[in-house]
Amino acid sequence: MNLSLEPRTDAPRWFATAMTVAAFVFALTLSGLIIALVGGDPIRSYLHIVGAAFGSVGVISDTLVKATPLILTGLACALAFRMRLWNIGAEGQFLLGAWGASAVVLAPILPAGTPAIVVIPVMMLAGAVAGGLWGFIPGILRARLGVSEIIVTLMLNYVALSWVQFWVFGPWSEGGFQQTDAFPREAWLPRLTDFANAVPALGGLTVHLGLIFGIVAAAIMWVAIERTRWGYEIRLIGDSPAAARYAGIDIKRRIVVVFVISGALAGLGGMSEVSGVVHRLQDHISPGYGFTAIIIAYLARFGPLRVVVASILFGALILAGREIQPQGIPAMIQGVILFSLVGADVLIRYRIRFERRLATA
Amino acid sequence: MTPPAVAPVPALEAHGIVKAFPGIVANDEVDFDLRTGEIHALLGENGAGKSTLMNILAGLYRPDAGEIRLDGVPVVFRSPRDAIMAGLGMVHQHFTLVPSQTVTENILLGLDRPRFRLDLHRSEAEVGRLAGQFGLRVDPRAKIWQLSVGEQQRVEILKMLYRGARILIMDEPTAVLAPQEVEELFRTLRSMTADGRSVVFISHKLSEVLAIADRITVMRRGRVTAAGLVPAETSTTDLARRMVGREALESVARTPQRPGARVLAVRDVAADNDRGLPALRSISLDVAAGEIVGIAAVAGNGQSELAQVITGLRPCSGSVTVGGEEVANRHAGHAIRHGVAHVPEDRTGVGSAPNLSVSDNLIMKRYRDAPVARGWFIDDTAARTLAQELKDEYAIAAPSIDTEARLLSGGNLQRLIFAREIDSGPRLMVAVQPTRGLDVGAIEAVHRVLLARRESGTAILLISEDLDEILALADRVDVMFEGRIAGSFSAETADIQEIGLLMTGGGSEAGQPVETGAVSGASSGGAERPPA
Repeated sequence: MNLSLEPRTDAPRWFATAMTVAAFVFALTLSGLIIALVGGDPIRSYLHIVGAAFGSVGVISDTLVKATPLILTGLACALAFRMRLWNIGAEGQFLLGAWGASAVVLAPILPAGTPAIVVIPVMMLAGAVAGGLWGFIPGILRARLGVSEIIVTLMLNYVALSWVQFWVFGPWSEGGFQQTDAFPREAWLPRLTDFANAVPALGGLTVHLGLIFGIVAAAIMWVAIERTRWGYEIRLIGDSPAAARYAGIDIKRRIVVVFVISGALAGLGGMSEVSGVVHRLQDHISPGYGFTAIIIAYLARFGPLRVVVASILFGALILAGREIQPQGIPAMIQGVILFSLVGADVLIRYRIRFERRLATA
Repeated sequence: MTPPAVAPVPALEAHGIVKAFPGIVANDEVDFDLRTGEIHALLGENGAGKSTLMNILAGLYRPDAGEIRLDGVPVVFRSPRDAIMAGLGMVHQHFTLVPSQTVTENILLGLDRPRFRLDLHRSEAEVGRLAGQFGLRVDPRAKIWQLSVGEQQRVEILKMLYRGARILIMDEPTAVLAPQEVEELFRTLRSMTADGRSVVFISHKLSEVLAIADRITVMRRGRVTAAGLVPAETSTTDLARRMVGREALESVARTPQRPGARVLAVRDVAADNDRGLPALRSISLDVAAGEIVGIAAVAGNGQSELAQVITGLRPCSGSVTVGGEEVANRHAGHAIRHGVAHVPEDRTGVGSAPNLSVSDNLIMKRYRDAPVARGWFIDDTAARTLAQELKDEYAIAAPSIDTEARLLSGGNLQRLIFAREIDSGPRLMVAVQPTRGLDVGAIEAVHRVLLARRESGTAILLISEDLDEILALADRVDVMFEGRIAGSFSAETADIQEIGLLMTGGGSEAGQPVETGAVSGASSGGAERPPA
């Protein structure tokens, strides 16, 4: 019995989607086996996860809160990946965005007492600009000097982390703790629970305006990619840089612009997290959203609307996973999903042949 | 080895080979046999299924049904490696050589022996001996990047011989060669068959097939239409009819026409190639409206770089003007705006985006302008309407305009590219190898399109390695050798032998050599003899 790979020339359009879903199911099955192997009950675990993530309005709200930063960083990765720019620095861009938004109230850029209607947009802008700057650096290096964006974005993650830590432990430290003072209410993104006075049913629901940012950003990105001249150019460059150059497209400029937008999206995610959830800047503000975003972008096959769906799935997994075990199993499931997706990618492009060897002269 | 006449068992036999790809049966119950010591030519249009058949024989594809016998023994090849171990090797059109390594190193690459210690001198001697035996002139110690395309092909052949190939499949081996090199290749092939080896020779060129083959098999639409014809009993017209199912037009009528005003003027242009070596050394030429100027050159003599310089894809020194407007050293978009259309050499990598739809590929040069563009947006309806019109007008065979471009056949992809380029209403069209790898029907379509453009007043620079094509279409011919214009001819004075010599650098006394780089606009009629 022999096994060999043969390129697939005939995959219909739905095939990639079907394989992605199949990989997801396969990953859950395999994870279930591992859970069983270590003495757990996979069915109960999964039911628990579903219950803990979607069982009530309250936990759905919590799931969406977790999904929000994933949507924005996931979009950041999906956009860059679309052009075959491997931005694995969404984590750093997220952190810089959180820092930039915090600077508005902590530096402070705006005086205390500025109304929310001014503070929030300025924080959004600051977060996007800071994240965008963090995207500009690898973008310009790649476009002008051909420096690998993978290395630069990866390394800039650590720079961003140290940068945030410096401010959190130093100038902005709240009496020596590794966190800053809490933001004033004007710097908080509105949450559903904030309207509990008018509608009591909303009490305790912490889902915030950042989710809308994410959904709107996904919608805009979809239109931009599928329906605009710019999006056409991005798709063309992503498929064949040589053809794009031949069509008269300035690829270098597009690289920089896409990296800046990618960074700005992740930066907006950071802003939404500090302003909508944490309400202060602190160390470990991200449990690795920017890295999970890479998996999400792949799971979504770089489609902006699919990023939203995949983010909610991962939001659920992160939230409910913690109910089972703080570290091991949920991280394992994420890892298995990623590997299954990589495996599915091979199956999408190749067909596996099994055959017996008859004779070789 | 027994002579073919008494050999009861063919060296290679294929029976009832069936191979289906989605939407097409590439091989439908195909039989093929190769006798020991013969050259068996396989003729057919692109998409006729001959490449599929050969890829099956060489172990690249597996047939859905059918049987392959080697010396009468059924075999199944799982990979090209299996095939070569059984003595069957294929030389592809695109070479697979490591440029920075020597000829011998490339030949040894991937072999199990020598196992541990590499005695290069001994291997070089062996390679040299093998090369000498079959008249394959190549230095075993030369690095691949130093070799011409013809020499690289010899290395590929040597690679197969070194591995003990008794059966050699040559896929379009003459496509990249100059006439003199073709002769040399033919001598090599004959010496191989004299040694008891067998050759499958794939080609589009009828005259070559008649010159070299012992027997000829013709394929059309996945089936064998003529098996084992003997050259003496057939003719080019007969073969062409069997290939395309009708009488192929030998040449498309070119009506006499007075060229108009000068459109393209190239002056003292020099440029480097991708490796930073000089590719163009002070080139000057002109193309007028309604005129086709052919550039005849063997691959790698700067003609690709010339096309890139004119279309804004490669920086250069000197000047390139289109309608008086400088287009060199800006980007491709600038040239496009000034009416330069480009049919690039690399259809799949440059001329199209393989995973985008036919529609997306058709708007590649139109998406910036109304009606396809509406402000920042692309008007999807307008884009689809345009794409559908072009698809119908140019008879691009694809299930729909949403089909991905990579699923089109070579001829249809070229139709798509021509449709797009002509639709942009060009003043100048640069067409590079526009018919390479296409079948007779598609070649004819391309030739018609080019002549139609000529009649409507477009200036056309036709860069081709196919001399017959250039002679059939061009009003004037410039021969390029090593980055210079080695000679200029008018259509009436052009002589294939002289051009062939100039193309290979051997023509100082033959032809009408023009001083390098001095083909001025005024004298660019080029010929010493005035047109009749």
